[in-house]
Amino acid sequence: MPAPKLTEVTTVACLFFIFLVPLAGAGLALMNVGLGRTRSAGHMMMASLLALAVAGIAYFVCGFAWQGFIGGPAHVFSLSGKNWNWIAADPFFFRKLSFDGSATSLTALFQMFCVGLAALIPLGSGADRWHLRASCLSTGVLAAWTYPLFAHWAWGGGWLAQLGVNYGIGRGFLDVGGAGSIQALGGLTALAITWILGPRHGKYSADGMAPAIPGHNSVFVLFGCVLTLVGWFGLNSAGAILFTGGEPSGAALIGINTLLAASASALTAAFITKIRFGKPDASLTANGWVGGLVASSASCAFVSPAEAVVIGSVAGALVTFSVEWFEMRVEVDDPGGAVSVHAVGGIWGLLALGVFGQFQRPVLNVAGDSLPVAMNGIVSGQWLAQLIGVATLLGFVLPMTYFVNRLLNRFYPYRVSIEGERQGMDLHELGAGAYPEFMTHSDEFLQR
Amino acid sequence: MKAVGFLMMLAGWFLALAAVVLFDAPPLRAAFVMAGIAVQALGLTLAFRSHLIPREDKK
Repeated sequence: MPAPKLTEVTTVACLFFIFLVPLAGAGLALMNVGLGRTRSAGHMMMASLLALAVAGIAYFVCGFAWQGFIGGPAHVFSLSGKNWNWIAADPFFFRKLSFDGSATSLTALFQMFCVGLAALIPLGSGADRWHLRASCLSTGVLAAWTYPLFAHWAWGGGWLAQLGVNYGIGRGFLDVGGAGSIQALGGLTALAITWILGPRHGKYSADGMAPAIPGHNSVFVLFGCVLTLVGWFGLNSAGAILFTGGEPSGAALIGINTLLAASASALTAAFITKIRFGKPDASLTANGWVGGLVASSASCAFVSPAEAVVIGSVAGALVTFSVEWFEMRVEVDDPGGAVSVHAVGGIWGLLALGVFGQFQRPVLNVAGDSLPVAMNGIVSGQWLAQLIGVATLLGFVLPMTYFVNRLLNRFYPYRVSIEGERQGMDLHELGAGAYPEFMTHSDEFLQR
Repeated sequence: MKAVGFLMMLAGWFLALAAVVLFDAPPLRAAFVMAGIAVQALGLTLAFRSHLIPREDKK
């Protein structure tokens, strides 16, 4: 089956949306810097830049070949009379890709930014202790294998997308802007990285206390939130056009839903922290904002604005409570809150599409898919398709990314020495601090 | 315990996949997929517990 054709107007609109996506990456990088320590600020920005570079190159080399696009060549096996499309079979290095404004070429461009965005997520959880070279290595694996494989299943006409056509389960797994393919995948990789690295020295004391190690610049964090909003408009709108067959005219609803989900989520986080701590917490509110954006990604094209507010509110509560749960109960030291924001928020977003999604137009997530539009827009079984997608993330992506990174860590240790951690990643790894005019103070969190 | 946790997550996924392939009736299929998710939740709990830091190592 050939890839879907785009009109000239759709192509131009899609290009515009795609070029907004790097702003989401810039926002996440700024947030990661602001939520970390001063002595690792330059290192974090450098790691973010290199992650984008490594992800882009790895995706160009083999990532796109394994992800492919709807209707492209793929490896398929047959199971009980149904075809299971499990990996694309495009040539490496973008060979045979026509740069003619086709949906396939736009997807290649879009995905180079998306894979960079996914690669930025684990950096926040490994802050202050992750070797630069090791983060590049891990990013290479993510961009060349983990991401393309799941993205093929969800966006490349793979078996998850085929659940509707093959087994009559809703419209098949749907993920408009990457709540699963980008966010949950990046968030679960972040969880694997925090497990492998362990907590920062001084984070957990023998008496069971976990002192907060606050971020060094809340202005960076909050400005990062604004940048992510613009990037998410592009992410969700371009995803809706390329992976569900949406029209550019649908961008108004997508933009409204994206903003409403983020707003509701941030307000919920601010309200909860105000009630619990007496004052609204800036970093948790910022995490709530991004959690709302993440949750909006799966369903933004298929829900009403009121439903987007509900989705965002739930995301805000989930992110706020899960940050504390991860830190205090299960001792996951995640300075950027990446696991809560991206993994928890992303999984909630995927499930929310199953609960609230209404499909008033045909959804083109599989080539040649022409399932009839439901009378009232409600499709039975969509929640099950979403649940199977979540089961795949938890049962396949998380174990695989954990064991691959653990294997790499065995040969190429991920964590810096205690001395490096004490000195700060900037001096230890880059030889210069991000704020050279600052005085260096002793660290109250490290025992000498 | 760590490996068991991850194996349970994998087993839960296989259970969900088996439900898709083996059952046509939506309620039965949904029940098995949810059973798979429950197994994954147990596996995730084990994985979290196995990563708790021993008290003597905390500093």
